Amino acid sequence: MVERRPLLTVASHLILIAGVAIVALPLYVAFVASTLTFDQVTTVPMPMLPGTNAAENYGHVLAAGSTLGSKAPVAPMMWNSLVMALGVAIGKIAISMLSAFAIVYFKFPLRKTCFWLIFVTLMLPVEVRIFPTYKVVSDLHMVDTYPGLILPLIASATATFLFRQFFLTIPDELAEAARIDGAGPLRFFRDVVVPLSRTNIAALFVIMFIFGWNQYLWPLLITTREDMYTVVIGIKRMVAGGDAATEWQYVMATAMLALVPPAAVVLLMQRWFVKGLVDTEN
Amino acid sequence: MAKVDFHAVKKSYGGLEVIHGVDMNVADGEFIVILGPSGCGKSTLLRMVAGLETITSGEIAIGERVVNALEPKDRDIAMVFQNYALYPHMSVFDNMAYGLRIRGMGRDEIASRVKRAAEILELGPLLERKPRQLSGGQRQRVAMGRAIVREPKVFLFDEPLSNLDAKLRVQMRFEIQNLHRRLRTTSLYVTHDQVEAMTLAHRMVVMNAGRAEQIGTPMEVYENPQTVFVAGFIGSPAMNFLPGKVTGAGEITLDSGGVARGVRVAAEIERAVTVGIRPEHLRVSDATQAFVSGPVEMVEQLGADALVHIGQQGAAVVARVPHGMHPDAGTRFSAAVTPDRVFVFDSQTGRRL
Repeated sequence: MVERRPLLTVASHLILIAGVAIVALPLYVAFVASTLTFDQVTTVPMPMLPGTNAAENYGHVLAAGSTLGSKAPVAPMMWNSLVMALGVAIGKIAISMLSAFAIVYFKFPLRKTCFWLIFVTLMLPVEVRIFPTYKVVSDLHMVDTYPGLILPLIASATATFLFRQFFLTIPDELAEAARIDGAGPLRFFRDVVVPLSRTNIAALFVIMFIFGWNQYLWPLLITTREDMYTVVIGIKRMVAGGDAATEWQYVMATAMLALVPPAAVVLLMQRWFVKGLVDTEN
Repeated sequence: MAKVDFHAVKKSYGGLEVIHGVDMNVADGEFIVILGPSGCGKSTLLRMVAGLETITSGEIAIGERVVNALEPKDRDIAMVFQNYALYPHMSVFDNMAYGLRIRGMGRDEIASRVKRAAEILELGPLLERKPRQLSGGQRQRVAMGRAIVREPKVFLFDEPLSNLDAKLRVQMRFEIQNLHRRLRTTSLYVTHDQVEAMTLAHRMVVMNAGRAEQIGTPMEVYENPQTVFVAGFIGSPAMNFLPGKVTGAGEITLDSGGVARGVRVAAEIERAVTVGIRPEHLRVSDATQAFVSGPVEMVEQLGADALVHIGQQGAAVVARVPHGMHPDAGTRFSAAVTPDRVFVFDSQTGRRL
């Protein structure tokens, strides 16, 4: 709507502000909680202005976790999460690009069947196949290892499907021109397909990084040692069960830390998106 | 440079045969245009030379070497595609250099070849640009540049001008002609545009439904079409076809009554035939000498000349009349023809008699 009526403008702003508040308030509360002392956090009602204990809280969780709950330091967990998220994102993109390339550019028996088998797995999320997957990973002695964390999450029907759809839009003549130029299939893949897929790769990287970073159930099952925890598990472990008090200032500080890498990825890659969208080929 | 020989070349997809055996010898340095309506197999034939389609049976040889089993890159050919097929993410320079790099050519050699091609095609100032920053004509030139730098034995053009507007097409046609005069590389050029074929070709191949109907110089094909299809496909407006009968030695009588004597025709008397006359070969005459006559239905003024549509019994006839003649619609129009400009075809087989 392009109507210009003051009342409407005020109303729409109110709605927008309410929306922002609903989304931002919990984040703000978490941030405030992460800057308070234990005593302040446990008072009712909790103060709504940032306290002065931020440096102490963040330093403590990074080096030594909480004091009453899990004492595992958060810094290595951040590293574990980063390795896992990057591994999952990069692995997924690599695997799905190669399989989409095979499906689109090569004629082999059962090609359609392969595609449909991959497509069908879209309907099977990690949780459905989690026990057989666990069995396989533990039989391969990959419990408490990075490959154990990453590999089972790499296969991605969604990404394969997206890349397939994109590859189908690349004109056949390009592949033919490359053949005449003497480029073999892998050379064509490297020199033409991958550069043309840049924006798709960036988009999928963001989605898959966040997907990998936010994994909860799988790391919970596959890690038994504290030094292999991901930060999402770490947060859970800090929340004490039963009657024990939870040090919410540490939990919230960890949550704020866990928020940083995905937010950074989104912010950094956003520029790529826009660039990619503006630069589209005609 | 090399000659290209086609020997009984056939192509089938599954059980469906789309090219029914083409035999042709292309001389070294010759510019051959393969002309035909869409779906006649002309592009398939070209792609078989390129190695992008397999050859079902028969042989294609480039130079003296049979290339049936060779990969495109080993055939020493370069191809220009209808939609240019430039690599969108590479600069003009890289587009031209890519094939040379893959062959492991030295950096200096690549630079000098690309520079030379860019000079020929006047692409010098554009070398750093990306394809999307170029106009259609410029892209087409880059596509040709990519072919030139390879210094191949044979150039293959697959409808290279179809995506350009009419004015650019004329200009690029001229440039392709110049390029060929300069490089003298054997060229195969596929098009559905008869003007391109007439102006560019040393010899042309008119294809129809997977067969090479006629191979010859443009003037041979125009003046001496061997089949109804070729006669109707070459020439604009298309040739008039009228049903008729052989009524004597060299005498043809149209079903509508007109008689032409002294026609070259080898057929027995009473044979039903199809008579072809080009619009430009009909000239105004008085009613007694008329070969065709009827009321004028419409006059199309083209400036230099005019097309008169005559309503005849059975079939409409178009005649091209010189500038300055304005027959009114509804008036009677009579036209005669020189006997050696009358083409007689077998009604059943469509072959010239």
